[in-house]
Amino acid sequence: MSPTLTKFFQHLTGLSLLMTDTAYWAFLAPFRGKRVRVDDTFKQMTLIGVGSLLIVCMVMFFIGLVLAMQTATTLKKIGGLSLVGGLVAASVMREIGPMLTAIVLAGRSGAAITAELGTMRVSEEVDALETMGLNPVHFLIVPRVLGMMIMGPCLTIVGVFVAMFGGYLIGVLNLGIEPAVYWQKSFDTLVLKDIYSGMIKSVVFAGLVSNIACYFGLTVEGGAEGVGLSTTQSVVTSIVMIIASDCLLTAIFYFI
Amino acid sequence: MITTASPFSSDQPRNGPIGAEDIIVVEDVAKIYGSRRVPDGISFRVKRGDILVIMGGSGCGKSTLLRQLIGLQRPEEGRIWIEGKEITRLTESQFNEVRKQFGVLFQSGALFNSMTVGENVALPIREHFPNQPEMTVDIMVKMKLSLVELTKFAELKPAEISGGMKKRAALARALALDPKLLFCDEPTAGLDPIRVTEFDALTLRLCRELGVTAVVVTHDMTSAFRIATRMVLLHKGKIMAEGTPDEIRANTNPLVSDFINGKAESEVREDAEGYLRAILGEEN
Repeated sequence: MSPTLTKFFQHLTGLSLLMTDTAYWAFLAPFRGKRVRVDDTFKQMTLIGVGSLLIVCMVMFFIGLVLAMQTATTLKKIGGLSLVGGLVAASVMREIGPMLTAIVLAGRSGAAITAELGTMRVSEEVDALETMGLNPVHFLIVPRVLGMMIMGPCLTIVGVFVAMFGGYLIGVLNLGIEPAVYWQKSFDTLVLKDIYSGMIKSVVFAGLVSNIACYFGLTVEGGAEGVGLSTTQSVVTSIVMIIASDCLLTAIFYFI
Repeated sequence: MITTASPFSSDQPRNGPIGAEDIIVVEDVAKIYGSRRVPDGISFRVKRGDILVIMGGSGCGKSTLLRQLIGLQRPEEGRIWIEGKEITRLTESQFNEVRKQFGVLFQSGALFNSMTVGENVALPIREHFPNQPEMTVDIMVKMKLSLVELTKFAELKPAEISGGMKKRAALARALALDPKLLFCDEPTAGLDPIRVTEFDALTLRLCRELGVTAVVVTHDMTSAFRIATRMVLLHKGKIMAEGTPDEIRANTNPLVSDFINGKAESEVREDAEGYLRAILGEEN
């Protein structure tokens, strides 16, 4: 087997083990008297959620503008200009909102988590935890994963509304759609399945991004250079995994 | 179930039962890196109250040996007993109980940068005794920091104190749970000679006052001879010499004397070849 393939399977196994361990410490261990570190989780929620809010809003606002302009060109030809709001709402809720929020989280918070944990690994802080009898997954990983899995859907919801507002500005100010018609068409188009599929996607993406970031952070080797390399690997892997899992989830929601 | 070795158990080292004075027993421990074995079948014992210094050149296996003793790596061969428990057979959760009995001082200090010095020292106390009132934890932290003369610096972050202070704070954290055993990895690395002397004096004082047994890995000869009650000198993964500091000084093996005197490897090789020729009677 080629070294690249061996490395790939090593990472896949390591990541799977970490995800299993994290799931145990986050969801099963509390029933066995090992409480989740609530304070640390809130701290991570603040770092991830509040820290990423502005970037998510900016990105989603521009996406809303772009989507409205792109769809208007085609819809104008078939006389369906009033459908712009609905198209923007459905596409950001089902697809673009969860995916772009997750990509922003991977680039901003995921990279920060990998760099932080990587530095802790290099400076023997993770070893110190282990020798104190403290499980690094319980102590370091669970608060970060839970923090991102809670804040991912919250940021997605905010991002969806901001994108719809972006579309509204183009629709009302540029295309001359009545404000009330724009919002009515937007909310009429959305069905319950759009909302829950978007939310499920955002939770899955956040879980993937946080676990990948933690995995690459904990497996850093070789000092500062290793931290930089792992951070890059973490962001690239996260983005690939977001798009791959999005394809899988979209197929599942399409067929059910 | 935690395995507890008794004098009548079959889980005893081959070279004799574990005595009441033996706090650590290492038997035939090896780690395999490709075609290399470092450490390579090492055996020794640490008696209660000893300060055992493990020395050796780079790559001789002393850091790997320390990582095996503190459970960060499992030896691929051999067995290790700490306080009569064979740690090489314990599960991670069982080993965590043993870990409460020892403290580790890492080369870099390994203090958590996001916490203050006081919070670093309080961490093992809070985690292992979650029901302790905060006031008790505060008193314990102040006591530990006073041992290393850092009480005034409790509220500072590690980044705000000097290298020597970081080491002392890390020592206070290692002693937070009143361990019977202290493991130190290059405790004086990166310190100036005056700080090294001060740190050695502190280590000696604390080990004596608190009755702590210490295992110190270092390649600082001056420091090693200052604090050691026993020494183990490693070379290419094997024990080259073992004994009290006086016995090590008196050792006639040129590899040992050259290592102590800091000779270059080529000189050491020449001396060793001469020594071999001499003992094999080939010189004349």
